[in-house]
Amino acid sequence: MISALWVMIGISMLLGAVLGFSAIKFKVEGNPLVEKIDAVLPQTQCGQCGFPGCKPYAEAIAKGEADINKCPPGGEEGIRKLAELLGVEYKPFGEGAGPKAKAVAFIDEQTCIGCTLCLQACPVDAIVGAAKQMHTIIVSECTGCELCVAPCPVDCISMQPLAENISNWKWRYPTIPLVQVAAR
Amino acid sequence: MRQLFKFHGGVHPPTHKSESTRSPIAQAAIPSRLVIPLHQHVGNRAVPVVQVGERVLKGQIIGKPDGRLSSAVHASTSGTVSAIDMQLVAHHSGLPDLCVTIIPDGKNEWVAHGGVDYKQTPHTELRHILRLAGVVGLGGAVFPSDMKSYSNKHKIKTLVLNGAECEPYITCDDLLMRERASDILRGAEVLRELLYAEEVLIGIEDNKPEAIAAMRSAVEQDGHQHMEVIAVPTLYPGGGAKQLIRVLTGIEVAAGVRSTEKGVQCFNVATAYCVWRAITYGEPLLSRIVTVTGNVSNAQNFEVLLGTPVDELVAQAGSKSDTDRHIMGGPMMGVDLPSGAVGVTKATNCIIEASDALFPPPPPALPCIRCARCAEVCPADLQPQELYWFAKAKDFGKTQEYSLFDCIECGACAYVCPSQIPLVQYYRFAKSEIWQREQEQQAAEVARERHEFRLMRIEREKQEKAERLAQKEQAALAAKAAAAPGSATADPQANAEAALQARIEAAAARAKAQAAAEHPKNIDGLTQEQQAEIAEIEARRAKIREMAADAGADDEPPKHN
Repeated sequence: MISALWVMIGISMLLGAVLGFSAIKFKVEGNPLVEKIDAVLPQTQCGQCGFPGCKPYAEAIAKGEADINKCPPGGEEGIRKLAELLGVEYKPFGEGAGPKAKAVAFIDEQTCIGCTLCLQACPVDAIVGAAKQMHTIIVSECTGCELCVAPCPVDCISMQPLAENISNWKWRYPTIPLVQVAAR
Repeated sequence: MRQLFKFHGGVHPPTHKSESTRSPIAQAAIPSRLVIPLHQHVGNRAVPVVQVGERVLKGQIIGKPDGRLSSAVHASTSGTVSAIDMQLVAHHSGLPDLCVTIIPDGKNEWVAHGGVDYKQTPHTELRHILRLAGVVGLGGAVFPSDMKSYSNKHKIKTLVLNGAECEPYITCDDLLMRERASDILRGAEVLRELLYAEEVLIGIEDNKPEAIAAMRSAVEQDGHQHMEVIAVPTLYPGGGAKQLIRVLTGIEVAAGVRSTEKGVQCFNVATAYCVWRAITYGEPLLSRIVTVTGNVSNAQNFEVLLGTPVDELVAQAGSKSDTDRHIMGGPMMGVDLPSGAVGVTKATNCIIEASDALFPPPPPALPCIRCARCAEVCPADLQPQELYWFAKAKDFGKTQEYSLFDCIECGACAYVCPSQIPLVQYYRFAKSEIWQREQEQQAAEVARERHEFRLMRIEREKQEKAERLAQKEQAALAAKAAAAPGSATADPQANAEAALQARIEAAAARAKAQAAAEHPKNIDGLTQEQQAEIAEIEARRAKIREMAADAGADDEPPKHN
């Protein structure tokens, strides 16, 4: 009886020590769910969701403070992925919050006065320029968030939709053309 | 007799090769204009280095390679650059791409050029020559050849020369082997040297006995060692690189593995020919053999200058009037050209003039009955019916699980499909969707990194500014302490307060001095009347101030209506 008790105590202390050790050794920093949600979001950092960037939105979703249908750049595909990840129902976009065609900012260099306000607004440092020097967009880095459009005092920034070219062209979903046949 | 192996599946479509092999290779006429695309190879588009209006010579570089994976583009004949703009090109999308248009002057005047002896030239230089000569794989993949002729990481044992030419209608490699066998073999020697390969196996389908005979006699005549011409059974798609390697060596190149990792490298026979011309004569890739066949009166192979508009080429073969479209490549894997004005490129091995009589439009697709005939013929040993199912449902994850990217798009599955389903279109759709998603994911990754770096940078700048200010403060204090050694012993709190007080006083003194220095600018040289007026206004102001003070003491100041 006593020996059995000792064995049980021994086992429990051993297991407790292992658990305690692993709790310290393998401690998870931060919320892993936030990282997973952040990986699904398109990283435009546009703030259209009402949060200052993709990470804060991901944190809000993880806490249950925000809906999953607030990210227009992610499109419906993004909502579906979030719904799948979180195990919730798919939710369509609210009114007037639908996704837009992908566009990049364009600075009219004739009008630009070199005020650097757009440089400060760009969340991904995709604008090159300096005070009283002409600014320009690095097209390959621009996420199309439109955050630079509003601060420009001379309205020289416009959003230009990305045109289809040979390198970004995609095969279409095969469709069978309908043919008009004579009525019998 | 060498033992040959079999690959899975394969089909036997009617070959239609005899039409275009009756006459030898003809020299196509210099066209009225050349439309030369700057992106004729895998990798980055070449960068134009000529100006509109500039006179260019035959063989002059008009587009220089951009980046590691790229190739040069040349003027195919002498003439004047008339435009550098977006023109329709031979691509599935039917979209325009950057092209250089040259109006030939008919003189065909060469730029200064000369070759080297490959045995006495370092390999790096040979590869550089190939890159600047714009030599790319002419079997259709147009991969820059200089990038393929390495053997750093893996020991290459076998060099496979691909002369199988399995696709129906195409005979350009057949005729090239018949007529220029010895130059092909010399090119193969150069490639063997570059790869340090032990043996060269030349695979030719057994429906080309003349080509096999010509190549064999050339091997004997020139005394090539370690070189063997092998007749392989005619079976589509036996000319696919993986399939030919399988047949000749028995090596199965698995998914996501390069054949070089298995010690095998594969080049097309026409590529070997161009390698020889580029190295020994310094002639860049300016022309290629193109089969013109189908709905023409005189099907034939032509040596065509790159950039020749397809319209002008097919006219020389007598294109019939009921032709309604041009197919570049073969009937199984070819591209429908968006227009007859597109220029011949390095990838153009064949132009088939098509009409509804020759290629009747396929009947509408019927539902898949899961007969699995596609699985029987698939040379990559895939399950095409499953891939079709998942691609149609846009279940791209599943298509990848079923090895979609092993599909070589040969079209054998669609060829045997009793329901006439355009299977390859579904696979291409799924592939391009997956590629686009991967690109978007990568772009998002980059954007996230840049955003996080920006946040970190802003934070760092803030910190640095605070540190700088603190340092300045310290320096000022130290200076003050040094000036008044007596107070240095006092406690730092009082010291700081004293410094602050001193600063405030200094600022007040500065403001006073400024106010004193600044006096109204318009009071000099006033008339008597104006001075009287000012005095009156001042008096009135004083009175108002007095009244306001009185009213403020009583109650609210009176409001104006």
